[in-house]
Amino acid sequence: MRNRSPAFWLFIAPVLVALMLVVGVPLLMGFFYTFTDWNGLGFNQFVGFEHYSRLLGDDRFLSSLWFTIQFSFVSVILLNIIGLGLALIVTQKLKTSNFLRTIFFMPNLIGGLILGFIWQFIFINVFGQIGQFMNVDGLQGWLSTPTTGFWGLVILTVWQLAGYIMIIYIAYLQNVPGELIEASQIDGAGPVQRFKNVTFPLIAPAFTVSMFLTLSVSFKIYDQNLSLTDGGPFNSTEMVAMNIVYTAFDSNEMAYGQAKAVVFLIFVSIIAISQVYYNKKREVEM
Amino acid sequence: MKQQNGKNYWVEILGIFLALIWLSPFYLMVVNSFKTNRDIFEDVLGLPPEAVFANYVQAFHDLDFLNALWNSTFITVSSIVLIIIFSSMAGYALARNKSKLSGALLLIFVSAMLIPFQAVMITLTSFFSSFQMLNQYGLIFMYLGFGCSLAIFLYHGAMTGISITLDEAATIDGASRFQTFWYIIFPLLKPISVTVAILNVIWIWNDYLLPSLVLSSEEATIPINMYYFFGEYTRQWDLALAGLTLAIIPIIIFYFFAQKQIISGVTDGAVK
Repeated sequence: MRNRSPAFWLFIAPVLVALMLVVGVPLLMGFFYTFTDWNGLGFNQFVGFEHYSRLLGDDRFLSSLWFTIQFSFVSVILLNIIGLGLALIVTQKLKTSNFLRTIFFMPNLIGGLILGFIWQFIFINVFGQIGQFMNVDGLQGWLSTPTTGFWGLVILTVWQLAGYIMIIYIAYLQNVPGELIEASQIDGAGPVQRFKNVTFPLIAPAFTVSMFLTLSVSFKIYDQNLSLTDGGPFNSTEMVAMNIVYTAFDSNEMAYGQAKAVVFLIFVSIIAISQVYYNKKREVEM
Repeated sequence: MKQQNGKNYWVEILGIFLALIWLSPFYLMVVNSFKTNRDIFEDVLGLPPEAVFANYVQAFHDLDFLNALWNSTFITVSSIVLIIIFSSMAGYALARNKSKLSGALLLIFVSAMLIPFQAVMITLTSFFSSFQMLNQYGLIFMYLGFGCSLAIFLYHGAMTGISITLDEAATIDGASRFQTFWYIIFPLLKPISVTVAILNVIWIWNDYLLPSLVLSSEEATIPINMYYFFGEYTRQWDLALAGLTLAIIPIIIFYFFAQKQIISGVTDGAVK
């Protein structure tokens, strides 16, 4: 198919038009409007970098950014440890392997909004009742303090996404050649040594893939945040995505919200670009 | 590996123990959805003293369940059909055209995957409202725009395994470009189409933020109605839980019928 052939363009046109109208135009408009006093309908004047400088003094935004970074850091570590652990369990030759895999993956099928509501019930009522019964103060009043809100979000996210990370690790674990495992057994390697020296180096790429994946997913979380804590108490568990939605659609500061969105885009792009860079480097080394 | 059986026994017990923990939120949701609010506060862990179905009747009604189910189905299925047809066409054209331009276009599509939704949502909704497209048709078009990138990437990758001699043979037999694609190539891409369909069902069916910005209340999907329903019954857990149970039934049914394809589809989508 040549460039000039009409067939080539007819095949590309529908998706190209959709991408341009849905992503391309809004993205360019977005950059442009952050330098104006745009209110969603039109704008009267250019304001230069005013929105961006205002950002630096916006405590609510900065604390949502800091919360998001802390949340992502903890979630990424836990998700990878637990995801790998689950993958190691279900790749043993168990009678229940398929069943277990189905169960661990199940929360991924359901939207974050609904899962957040389910866990709201669990943290408030189930934890509360168990805490009362067993006289454990730490189980009571969950989601009513910043700390329990933070850990509530972490638990929900890990429970939901660990099965997904498990699937990625399984794909790599299944590519570890059986002969290598057998050879190491003959050489007298125990299970720990075998994992450390044979399996782990071979699944290292999976670690990169899922680390970046979990990082970008947890950075962008919105639904779970909305339904579990709604940013509360007192906006202490509000993440960046929610802060942007709030600024644009609740306080109707469209241009300012868009400036936050641009900063958010830069953060997410840094994560994505470092992944591409890291992968390239690794490919060269291999 | 026979000598490992004794150890596997313990791994199996650990696995089942973890599976029970993983399932416990669903157990708690379902058992409490059959209790009265009072029973929930008496004993949250046990089975209901007597099953209450009234919660479900009211939740079904207040969620406008059938209407929301229809809206969710219509939007999800239409979006996926469009994504599959148009992305496979583009993936095919980009793979068969080896020019620099084609490479650049592929790069544009792939880079678009990295743009987070929040970066464009504000201007996107304002842009679409300027020509009255904040409705379910506008939404379906948006899903095509957001969803085509990953699909094109997957189709393009799969095309490398489909020999160009097939195209040539079809052309000699007098088939047009489109006929070649539709009758010869598209059927061969079926495994990718299944993967694309599955990844998009999980995303579009559950999506909340975009539809909440775009749809009117008559067009609302299950997650949107769930959000309002939950807000209305914050202290009435019995009703809220019945609503939540109802809301997840369709996707759980889908999971049990297609779990093998779902797991392999998700693997393909994540690892590639």
